[in-house]
Order: sequence, then C-alpha cells, then structure tokens
Amino acid sequence: MSENNLADSATETTKPATDYAEIVYNGIWKNNPALVQLLGLCPLLAVTSTVVNAIGLGLATLVVLVGSNIAVSLIRHYVADAVRLPAFVMIIASFTTCIELLMQAYTYELYQILGIFIPLIVTNCAILGRADAFASRNPVLPSALDGFMMGLGFMFILVLLGGMRELIGQGTLFSDMSLLFGDVAANWKWTVFSDYNDVLFAILPPGAFIGLGILIALKNYWDIKEKARIEAQKEKTAPGSKRVRVTGNVA
Amino acid sequence: MALLRITSPHTQRAGRKTSWVMLMVIAATIPGLVVQTALFGWGTLINILIAVAAALVSEAIILKMRQRSIGFFLKDYSAVLTAVLLGLALPPSVPWWLTVTAVSFAIIFAKQVYGGLGNNPFNPAMVGYAIVLVSFPVPMTQWLGSADVVATQDTLSFVHSIAAIFSSAPVIDGYTMATPLDAFKHKEGLMSSEAFASVEALSSGNLSSWFYVNMAYLAGGLALLYFRIITWHTPVALLGALAVMASLFYMIDASNAATPYFHLTTGAAMFGAFFIATDPVSSCTSNKGKLFYGCGIGVLIFIIRTWGGYPDAVAFAVLLMNFAAPFIDYYSQPRAYGHKKAKKGLKIGDSQ
Repeated sequence: MSENNLADSATETTKPATDYAEIVYNGIWKNNPALVQLLGLCPLLAVTSTVVNAIGLGLATLVVLVGSNIAVSLIRHYVADAVRLPAFVMIIASFTTCIELLMQAYTYELYQILGIFIPLIVTNCAILGRADAFASRNPVLPSALDGFMMGLGFMFILVLLGGMRELIGQGTLFSDMSLLFGDVAANWKWTVFSDYNDVLFAILPPGAFIGLGILIALKNYWDIKEKARIEAQKEKTAPGSKRVRVTGNVA
Repeated sequence: MALLRITSPHTQRAGRKTSWVMLMVIAATIPGLVVQTALFGWGTLINILIAVAAALVSEAIILKMRQRSIGFFLKDYSAVLTAVLLGLALPPSVPWWLTVTAVSFAIIFAKQVYGGLGNNPFNPAMVGYAIVLVSFPVPMTQWLGSADVVATQDTLSFVHSIAAIFSSAPVIDGYTMATPLDAFKHKEGLMSSEAFASVEALSSGNLSSWFYVNMAYLAGGLALLYFRIITWHTPVALLGALAVMASLFYMIDASNAATPYFHLTTGAAMFGAFFIATDPVSSCTSNKGKLFYGCGIGVLIFIIRTWGGYPDAVAFAVLLMNFAAPFIDYYSQPRAYGHKKAKKGLKIGDSQ
C-alpha cells in the first residue's frame, strides 16, 4: 500500500497542476453529462415535465454527485481495484438515501411527485461515471469541483428541458415553485400564454425525447460554428505563404 | 440486419416523374374531398388550404436551412400531398392552429429531419395526425354530424366554417358529434343492436354518409390502381385482414361486436387502405412484403379500434407497421432471376 501511495504521489507531483478552468468548461459544456455523455437520461426524460420537478431532481443529483465525488476521492488510495465499483455504489447509495430523507422531511409534495426517480439517482450513470473516471484518480478539491460542475451542467439541461416542456405543454413557467422554495415562491407562476390549449404531447415522455434531441442538435450546431470560426481566424493569421522556385533558371 | 436496396417502384416507368405521381394521388383524393365537403361542410376544404400553405412554408424554411434547392423540392408536390392527406384526415371543425401544428410537425420532424422525401421511415401525414391526436384529444374526436342528422338540419355554411376554424371559441355543440366508430366504442354496455337503434351517431343517416365517404375513397383508390400508381397488394391485404378479423369476432360474439361491413365502411378504412398505407417510401417494397405489411395494418386497425383507447386506428396501425417495414423487407426478399430460392435470414450453421 505504501508503495502504491508513493507511486501515486509521484505521478501526482509530475502531473501538471490541475486546470480548474478546464474542469468547469468540461462539466458545463464540453463534456456535459446530459448533452454529450448522454448519461442519466432516464430521470432526465422522465421528470422534466415542469421547471420545479427539474430543479428538484437536478439539486438532488448535484448534491449526491458532489458528496460522492468527495468521498470517493478521499478513499481512492485505500480501495482495491477489484472492489472499487461496489464501494462507489455503496457511497452513492448512502448519499442518495440522505437526500431522499431530506426531501421527505422538507419538500414532501415534491418528494411524492418525483417518486421512484429519487432512489433511482443511485443508478444514474453520470454519478458512477464521474466517481470512476475522475474522483478515483484525483485529489479532493478538483473532484469536488468536478462533481459540482457536472451536476450543474446536468441541472442546467434538466431545467432547460423542463422549461421548454412546461412552456409548450401548459403555456406557463415556474408553476408550483412553492413545492421547493416554500411560501415565498407562491406567486412565481408566470402564465406566458393565457387561454392556452395544453399540448399533452410535450408533457408526455415523447416530448422529452424530441426536446432533448433539439437541444443536442443545437449544441452540435453551435460547436460546429465555433470550430469554423476558430479555423477562419487561424487562416487569417497566416498570410500568403512564400514560394521558393526550384526549377528553371533564376533570373 | 442489412437494409435492402430496391429501386423505388414509382419511378420506373419512362416519363413518370415524382411530381406526376404526387399530382395523380392528389387528384385521386378529389372524389373523397367532394363527398366530405358535401356531407360535412366546407371545413375540410379550408383545412386543406391552411395545411398546404403551412406545409409549403415549413418545407421551404427547412430546405433553406439545409441549403437545398427550394424550388426543385417544392415542385415535387410531396409536401402538398402530405398536407392534402392530413387536411382530409383532420375533423372539419378543428381550429386553424391545430392544422398548422400537425402539418409543420409532419414536414419538419417526420420528413425533413430524416433527410427529406424518400428517407422518412414513417408516413409524415400520419405522424402529424398522431401528434395532434395525442396532444389535443378533444377537438380531434369531434366530427361534424352530417347534414341530415344534426339538430339544425343544416351543415355549417362557408362563413360559419371560417368562423369555427379561426375563432378560439369551440364550435357550437349542435353541429358536432362523435364519429360512428367513437360512438360504437363508447356504447357503454348497450348491445350492438340497441346502440344502432338509439345512439344518434350510429343512426342510419350518419352511417350512410360515412359509407359515401368511404366509397368515394374506394373510387379514388381504384383509379390509382388503374394508373398503376399503387399495386393491389397493400389495400387488398389490409381490407382483407380487417374483414377477416371483424368477421371472426362478429361470429364469436354478435351481440357486442360490429359487423365487418361496419368496420369497412366507417372511419378511415378505405382512405387508409388506398392513400395512407400505400405510401411508397415508408411501406414495404416487394409484393410479398406488401401483403404482410397490409395484413399487419388490417389486424392492428381492428385491435386498436376494438380494445384501444382511440376511436380510429389507421394512424397508429400504419406507424407501427412502418416500424416493421424494413424487417418485413428483409424476410420477403424476392428471388433474383436465375437464382435459387432467396435466402431468408441466417439459419443455425449458416455462419460457418
């Protein structure tokens, strides 16, 4: 074990300092769990029918992700490779149980609405994926930041999709926010279209599939445009190359 | 599973362009359109006009975004055909925004997202129809009563139709009623004979108007057969399977089931058999495959009509069989001339 430790600390010291900006960029955009890794789609598609559901599940996932990343990073030197996945799952399950009990205590109605999808956070591949791919190889601070940013990226997409589906499906935004934020949020409901015919399709699961498809398409479109713009800039900085004449007589 | 590459049958004859085929199909819907307009008022015609406009606009926008030639693809009339079929399928009294939603969804999500005409795995018109049926069940299940049935003894006049379609208020209840299929599904413990005697939507007057509509589509479909735009396999298999299923269950339990005649002459039976299921893009290609495909749709129509949650079933049945079409094609590969019997998939031991 001590040898392992030595080897590990040796590699850590030889590694370049952790790039925190890179972690933030990866979590929110480049490696977004929902749009790029396409992990955790089950809760993403199932509970995003309104903004409040999306925020509720997004927050729960975020807390579990940060907690499990920190815990996994703390024990990373003491867990044998062969049993690491069961250990990670146990950690994630404990944090999920905590969140479940907390939601049951403080936001009972939301807890009932989200139902089975809160315990199912355990099976969210995004969490286990980050534990195995990042937290088990990095120190505590970068792991915590990675968990937070991945969770934020996931929650961002959840809320965006929830907003899209609530707006198209019911013509409102932020309805029932009091389920999560208490009486302060009782009047937050914003009726965008009054006298609106509910579009059941957007509220039902197929609407989530199509909504997520549109979001992924938009992200890919944005990335392609961005890449083209960077390429164009590069070309500008290299003005006409010089030719060397290699045949014939030099005048 | 390897997908087959078979030349689409509709372009094989010299001088037959896609646009000609599409226009012929549109022309073949005219008898049905005339009968529907005569019996149920101007709503269908107005729906079609709105639908065509919406289809052309959404197709043009997407073609522009995809950097394709707009004029070339608009002139193949495939978007117009989708719009016409959808306009005929929607109830005559639906509000304008519902038609626009259905058509733009059909064009954008069912057709252009997959790469335009020829690449769509599902029938665009039926995708649009299914979307609005799932989303707005109330306006989608109200059909106008025919002229001799509704209380006012008068179908909606042209001005009334325009007002009904463009106002946000619901259509006057006196004009609307359930379709015969819907009424039969919700007969609530009545015996079939009692339902036919007492329920207004199942009166002989209303049934005969649906009979005329179906016969008009049958006539249009026979014209398509005569011009060899479609082959007989799909419609015959579809109607045959529907008739067989209906007869079977009528023989088992005549007091609660509807007659095969009822199944074949109400709802969208003929329209679906000749105009929807025969879409060359999303259906099977070989003749044998078309028989299986049509049979599947017929059986599904009966199942969904009898035990499903929606009154008519053509849209869902066609979409479900569209899923199965590549699979059927794979197993109904025709024998190439000069070769032995076609291979039918992998057998155990084939892989060695």
